[in-house]
Amino acid sequence: MLKTTDNKDRLMMIVFTVAVLAAPVILAPFGAGYPDLMQRFAIYGIFAIGFNLLFGLTGYLSFGHAAFLGVGSYAAVWMLKLLSVNIIPAIIFAVVISGLFALLIGYVSLRRSGIYFAILTLAFAQMSYNLAYSVLTPITNGETGLQMDLGDPRILDAATAPGQLPPPSLFGLEMGDTHYLSFMGLDLQFNVGFYVCAAILILMFYISLRIFRSPFGMLLRAIKSNQTRLNFTGVHTRPYALVVFVISGMYAGLAGALLVCMDPLAGPERMQWTASGEVVLMTIMGGAGTLIGPVLGACIIKYFENIFSRVNDVIVGNWFSGLPDSVGDFLSAIVSPFLGSGWQMSLGLIFMLVIIFLPGGLMEGVTRLLGWLGRLFRSRNNDDDADAPQSRKPPPDQRSSRPASPKES
Amino acid sequence: MDAIILQILNGLDKGSAYALIALGLTLIFGTLGVVNFAHGALFMIGAFCTVILNKLLSLEMVTKSATETTPWGTPVEVHTPYVVMWFGKVGETMIDYSVFWSILFAIPVMLIIGIAMERGLIKFFYKRPHADQILVTFGLAIVLQEIIKQIFGANPIPQPAPDAFVGSIDIGALIGLGANTVVYPIWRLVYFLFAAVIIAGVFAFLRFTTFGMVVRAGMADRETVGLLGINIDRRFTAMFGLAAVVTGLAGVMYTPILSPNYHMGMDFLVLCFVVVVVGGMGSLAGAVAAGFLLGVLQSFASMPEVKEFLFGFSIDQVIIYLVAVVILLTRPRGLMGRKGIMET
Repeated sequence: MLKTTDNKDRLMMIVFTVAVLAAPVILAPFGAGYPDLMQRFAIYGIFAIGFNLLFGLTGYLSFGHAAFLGVGSYAAVWMLKLLSVNIIPAIIFAVVISGLFALLIGYVSLRRSGIYFAILTLAFAQMSYNLAYSVLTPITNGETGLQMDLGDPRILDAATAPGQLPPPSLFGLEMGDTHYLSFMGLDLQFNVGFYVCAAILILMFYISLRIFRSPFGMLLRAIKSNQTRLNFTGVHTRPYALVVFVISGMYAGLAGALLVCMDPLAGPERMQWTASGEVVLMTIMGGAGTLIGPVLGACIIKYFENIFSRVNDVIVGNWFSGLPDSVGDFLSAIVSPFLGSGWQMSLGLIFMLVIIFLPGGLMEGVTRLLGWLGRLFRSRNNDDDADAPQSRKPPPDQRSSRPASPKES
Repeated sequence: MDAIILQILNGLDKGSAYALIALGLTLIFGTLGVVNFAHGALFMIGAFCTVILNKLLSLEMVTKSATETTPWGTPVEVHTPYVVMWFGKVGETMIDYSVFWSILFAIPVMLIIGIAMERGLIKFFYKRPHADQILVTFGLAIVLQEIIKQIFGANPIPQPAPDAFVGSIDIGALIGLGANTVVYPIWRLVYFLFAAVIIAGVFAFLRFTTFGMVVRAGMADRETVGLLGINIDRRFTAMFGLAAVVTGLAGVMYTPILSPNYHMGMDFLVLCFVVVVVGGMGSLAGAVAAGFLLGVLQSFASMPEVKEFLFGFSIDQVIIYLVAVVILLTRPRGLMGRKGIMET
């Protein structure tokens, strides 16, 4: 039994690794194969995986996860400013700082569960936002955001490039470097920054897989299904929840650090409540509690954000240019509030629709679809299957009508 | 002494807003057991009711003046609001007092929005996990906020207080502390009195009417009340409407203090959640008390003396959260929370 799951995991790991490494090729036909967007896919994938470790396993809904992302960002920028433009110390420092921050917040918030926990984390995130925005301006540079500066000390490599700001790099490999390749009419772009993010994403995915399969992960799932019972059996659950909260915060800090490494700027808006809501949406959209779901959700949300928010009124007008003027104007008046700067509105709508109709996320949708197709296939092949499994839902009269309407799927 | 009184007064208006919103939140929470993340949006919609009514009342006709000309020689455009044209002096007063008219306007609007929200969306989420309830109302909050942003733009829209209430009164002179020591804007006093009336009204409604009695019984034991043949669901829907009205009115009257913008709802909501947690979830009195308490505390934290004491850090933005942490570490159920509420 254990052997088969092991093999399945290995297969999943291999498929995931190949898919991530081949992302520039896979995504190019969708118009998403350029470095900036792919980096964001990978980074927010890490963020969502981390969030999923907390929410998917323990069921604790944190509404302030963006705070850790923001703290990680600020920490990373400070490291780039003070030490060197090498991204390694920045990432390590960011992870440590956000872990400590998560320890602090988790210690307080985890005293309550359920709704209280969601409210508390939201409040702390908003507090961090306020701190970054106004109170701690000397550290965070307030509304403008923190960025690298020519006057920075950069103890280790200040002398290497006097007079200009060097971009963040990994032992000389600059994050912005891109190798262009034309292949079958597609412009493929292989970017150093993306591959750094991708390597870390794969590593983080592996760690999350190990946590899911470990006894520790089992215990976390027990917290989700029945915490009271766990308490009665003599397990003190809070330390476990705190550990996973800190791990999750470190994932977020890592994502924040990577954002900074790709583009050395950290602003307070990264900590806002909409940012926290976005990661919740990514995880739920993909499927909370599944391994691959959060990464998928992150890619989908970021992809649509990118496409939707770039569309402006002129483009919308072009879509309907073939139609009569009045109809075209009417349609673009309906569509345009959801596009461009109205992307947030589409986000909110998607949010509601997913929660209402697909609370298990896309992964549940896929499972349901596969199950349905499997039943359909079987019922077609042997209609008089006497010992059909109990789970076969559709009664006989409906079953015969199903194949007639395949577009239902 | 006078500085302390001034800070208490300053805290009261913000505290009133917190108390009203927290009261609405707790009403919904206590009856239906749902934490409404879209509650801040109701506050914002209330504020925008004022904006809408003000815009409607000041719809104006533009005519060319027959006698006066601009320096360029073209006739001066005369803007005459229709209400002034129709009602003369009365019309001018109507525009001036549009904030008060907005109360009448907002009550049916908020009632409808509240009931539509409960019947149309939240009703389907009673049997779902709390996380789903939180998330769906969160999505709704984003959508409502963005709709308002699309219609009214991202900039704050200033709303004037009625002329009679513009300016300040010298409370110091009234209570014998010497002239010009405690000067306080009149409208904030009006807001405080208004909030006090609404809060008293809600409590009286729950305490002294049969309807309120049934609702309180339903809050204590919903199932038994249902078994007695009372349609408790309908009454809870009405309470949701009432909560929406209370919150909306808080927004209506707050407009002269804070120009309405699309994100004011969420700014207040997060603070009000903290207020509710500090007051004790499900306790109406706790919510109101904690609202005023934290409002006053916030205003004390913004005193220059406090800032000096803390080496120049202004903590008025974060004091509420710090207090919430201390309260949670010492009294995990909040000031007036009872055992067994939302502890799963």
